[in-house]
Amino acid sequence: MSEAVYPQSEVFHTEDMTISVGPQHPSTHGVLRFVVRTDGEVIGEAIPDVGYLHRSIEKIGEKCTYHGYVPYTDRADYLAAMFANQGFCMAAEKLASTEVTRRGEFCRVIACELNRIASHLISVGTFGQDIGAITPFLHALRERETINDLMEEICGARLTYNYIRIGGVGYDITQETCDKILVFLDHFDPIIDEYNRLLSYNKIYIERLANVAVITKEDAFQYNLVGPNLRASGVKWDIRRDIPYSVYPELEFEVPVGHGEKGTLGDCYDRYWVRIQELQESSKIVRQCLKMIPKGPAISKVPRKFKPPAGEVYVRVEAPRGDMGYYVVSDGTEYPYRVRIRTGSFTAMGIIDKLSRGIMVADLIALIASLDVDAPEIDR
Amino acid sequence: MQAQEIYNKLEKQFPGKVGLFRGDIFDPCLNVDAAAIVDVCRYLRDDPETSFEVLSDLTALDWTKKDDEKIQVVYHLFSYGKRHQIVLKVDLPREAPRVPTVEGVWKAANWFEREAFDLFGVDFVGHSDLRRIMLPEDWVGHPLRKDYVEQEEYDGISTQRAPLVDKLLK
Amino acid sequence: MKEFVDSLIQQGYFAGMPTQVVYAIAMVVAAFAVLSFFVAPLAGVTSWLERRVWARMQSRVGPNRVGPQGILQWIADGVKNLLKEDLIPAAADHFLFPLAPYIVFVGFLCTFVVIPFGSDLIVADLNIGILYLLAVTSIVVVGILMAGWSSNNKWSLLGGMRSAAQIVSYEIPAGLAVLTIIFVAGTMSTQGIIKNQGWAPWDWYLFYNPFTFIAFFLYFTAALAEGNRTPFDIPEAESELVAGYVTEYSGMRFLFFFFAEWGNLYVIGAVATILFLGGWQAPPVGHPLVDGVLQFTVFFLKAYLWVFVAMWVRATLPRVRVDQLMALCWKYMVPLSFLCVIGTAAWMVVFPHGNRIASIAMFVLGVVILALFAGRVRYQIRHSKPELYLRPYI
Repeated sequence: MSEAVYPQSEVFHTEDMTISVGPQHPSTHGVLRFVVRTDGEVIGEAIPDVGYLHRSIEKIGEKCTYHGYVPYTDRADYLAAMFANQGFCMAAEKLASTEVTRRGEFCRVIACELNRIASHLISVGTFGQDIGAITPFLHALRERETINDLMEEICGARLTYNYIRIGGVGYDITQETCDKILVFLDHFDPIIDEYNRLLSYNKIYIERLANVAVITKEDAFQYNLVGPNLRASGVKWDIRRDIPYSVYPELEFEVPVGHGEKGTLGDCYDRYWVRIQELQESSKIVRQCLKMIPKGPAISKVPRKFKPPAGEVYVRVEAPRGDMGYYVVSDGTEYPYRVRIRTGSFTAMGIIDKLSRGIMVADLIALIASLDVDAPEIDR
Repeated sequence: MQAQEIYNKLEKQFPGKVGLFRGDIFDPCLNVDAAAIVDVCRYLRDDPETSFEVLSDLTALDWTKKDDEKIQVVYHLFSYGKRHQIVLKVDLPREAPRVPTVEGVWKAANWFEREAFDLFGVDFVGHSDLRRIMLPEDWVGHPLRKDYVEQEEYDGISTQRAPLVDKLLK
Repeated sequence: MKEFVDSLIQQGYFAGMPTQVVYAIAMVVAAFAVLSFFVAPLAGVTSWLERRVWARMQSRVGPNRVGPQGILQWIADGVKNLLKEDLIPAAADHFLFPLAPYIVFVGFLCTFVVIPFGSDLIVADLNIGILYLLAVTSIVVVGILMAGWSSNNKWSLLGGMRSAAQIVSYEIPAGLAVLTIIFVAGTMSTQGIIKNQGWAPWDWYLFYNPFTFIAFFLYFTAALAEGNRTPFDIPEAESELVAGYVTEYSGMRFLFFFFAEWGNLYVIGAVATILFLGGWQAPPVGHPLVDGVLQFTVFFLKAYLWVFVAMWVRATLPRVRVDQLMALCWKYMVPLSFLCVIGTAAWMVVFPHGNRIASIAMFVLGVVILALFAGRVRYQIRHSKPELYLRPYI
C-alpha cells in the first residue's frame, strides 16, 4: 500500500474509533468500563476504568468493631462471600491469638469449598455466555441454585452469608445438612462431565479461546496475578497447599495447573480449564471434610468486647479469584486501625491494558471473562 | 530465607538506608529510606537469594499520634520460589508524602500506587499514569486519611442524609 | 385470483371503475390478508416456539401464561411493543433511521411471493423464482446497514458493518449451492423444481448425487449465516456489541427487525425444503381437498423441522469470531460449493437422466448418518443427569 495509490486526502481518511465498553454492558460482569480504541475490529488499546462500585469497605472497617465488620466483608466479593469472611476472621484471630474449634474449622472448609463451587460455576457459565453459548450458563446456574439452597440451610443466607465468625462459625452444620450436601455432590460430579461435553470440547469454543491473550509466567508475576489465573500460566501455587491454613494440610487434593491444553500455555482456554478442574477438587475436599468432621462446639468462647493487642497482620486465603489478602492493623482498641483488602480481581484488571493490544473486540470479551474479574471485588 | 538474614543482607548492601527491623511480630518488617526504595526493591527482586518476584500488596497507613505523625507506605513482597516474605515500610511526612514509584520493578505497582494516591494522597514520583482510580477525578480529599472530612456536596448532590427516623418524627 | 376478480367485475360489482384500479385494490386487500392472517402469526408463533424450545433445552419453563401453553404470547408482546414510546435518538439520521426496519421487513416479506405451500397454493409461480428469492433476500442487508449507520451509535455501526460483510460473503456459497439444484432441475421456477422431485425420499434432490447432498449442508449453513443466527450471530452479538444494529431501536421498529428474523427462519426452512426435500410432494390420495391439506401439512412440517434445527443449533453452539467466520466462508465453503457445482455438472454429463442406484445409495447413507446422530443424542440424554431438587417446595 504505497501512498501513491491511496493518497491521504482531506475528504477520505481513516481514523481510530473510540468506544466506551460499559459501565452498562452485558459482558462486563457488573459495572466496569473500558475505553477501547479500535481500528475496525482490532483493538489498539483498552484502558480499564474502575471505581463504579467503590463502597469504601476499608473506611467502614475503621468505624466498626471487629465483630461488627464481618457482615461488611461479605460485600467485598458477593460471589464468594465466605472467603472474605474467613480472611478477616483469620486476621482477627491471629491478632488476638484466638483458638478456633476443630469442628468450626471443618464447617468453615465445607462452607468455603461449596462457595468455591458456586463461584466457579458462575465464572464458567458466564464465560460460555460471553462466547455466545447461553445454555451452559443456565445449566450452571441451575446447580448453583442447589448450592444456594444448601447455604440457606447452613447459615440462613443465600448470597451474603455472614457465616464465619471470629473463633469459629455462626451456626453448626447439622447431620441432616451433611447428608444433603453428599446427595448434591453425588449429583454434581457427573454434571461436570456434562459441561465438558456441552462446552469444553466444543470445536468453536476451543477455537475462540485457544491461543488468545496468552499470559506468560513472567507477566503473571510482574502483574501479580493470583489464583486460577496464575495457575493457568503454569505456576503450581495454591495458598491452601503452600501456606496452609485451617485444616487444609490434613486434606488431600490436587492443584490443577495449565498445560497449554489446546493451545499455548497461559491462554484463555487454560484459565477456563483450570477452573473446571478446581470444581472437581473442591467436590473432593468437601467429601473428605464430611467424613472427617469431628464432634464438638462450632465456635470457641470469644469475648464480646473483642480487643486484640496492638500489632499488624497480613493473612492470605485462597479465594476463587485467587489470593485474598487481609492486612489488619490494630492499635489495641475495639476498632481496627486499618483494614486493607487485597483482592485478585484488582491486580487482574491491571494486565488487561497490556494484553488487549492487537486482539479483536470479541477476544477482549473472552479475555475479561477468562480473568474472571468481579466488579465489587475490584472496587471494594 | 529468614527475615533477619534478609535484613542483614540489606544492611550490608544499603548501609544507613534501612533500619528499624522488627522480627518478633507476625510479619517481620523493616523501614526503608524513601529515596532508596526503588534500589532496595530492585535488589530484592534480582538477587538470586531473595528473588522476590511479586509485590503482593502495596498500601498506606495514616498515623496521627501526637509526636508520630506520618504516612507509612507498606510494601508486602513475596517470593514464590523461596516461599518467604518481607514487609517494607517507608515513612513519609503527612503534609506532602512523596516517594519514588516502584512501577519499574513490578508492573502490579501501577494500580496499587494509583489506589494509594487516590485514597491517601501519596505522590508517587515518576509514576506513568497517576490518576484517581476509585473516586471521580474531581473529588476533594483523600478518604482513608484519618482527618478526612467528607465534602458537603458533590456536583450538586448532597452527600449527607438526615436519618430516616428523624424524617418520620417530623 | 385474477379469475375471481374478473368474475366479480362481470357480475357488475365495480360498475364505473376502471379495471386497473379494481386489480390494484384487490392486490392490496390480498396482500393485507396474507400479511395479517398468515405471515404475522407465523413469525409470532415462531418466536413463541423458539422461546419454548430454548427454555426446555436450558431447563427453564419459558412463556406459558398467555393462552394454552403460552401460544398467544406473541400477541401480548406485540401489543406491548405497540404501546411503547417510539424513540428516535436526537443524533440519528431522521430519514434513514425510521426507514431501515421497513426495508428489512420488505426484503423478508417479498420472499413469500414465490414460496409454494401446495401445488396450487402460491402467490406467483415466477419462472425466475429462485433468482428472485436470492435477489430480494439481499435487500435485507441494505436495511441492516442502514440501521447500523443511521443510529449514530458505534455499536450499531460495528454491527451493521459485520452484517454487511457476513451476508455478502455467505451469499456466494448459498447461491452456488442453489445453482447446483438449478442445474439438476433445469428450471428456476420453485414449482418446477418441486414437480421434478417425488414424494419418496430417494426422489428428493438431497439424495440425487453426493454433490447435492453436500450442497444441502452448505446451503443450510450459509442460510443460517445470512439470517444472522447463532453460531453466526455476530452482527447482534449481545455479549460483544450490546445489541448490534438494533441497539437504538425501540417499540414497534425494534419488533420489525425481529419479526423479519423469525419470519426469515421459516423462509430458510422453506427454501431448503423446496430445493432439496421435495417441497409439498406427498403421496396423492385422489381427493383434491385432502391432497391440498396433505401437501400443505407436509410442506409445513418439513420447513418447521429445519426451523427447529436452527433453534437447536442456537441453543447449543457458541459464537464464532469475525475472522473465523470469514475464514470458514472463503477458505472452506466457497471452494466446496464450487466443487459441488462442477461435480454436479460432470454427473449430468455421465448420467443425463439421473441414476436411481446412486440416489438409493445416498438415501441409505443419509439414513445411516441420521441413525448415528440419533444414537449420539440418545447417549447424551442417557448420560445427562436429571434435575435435583433438595427443596420439594419450589
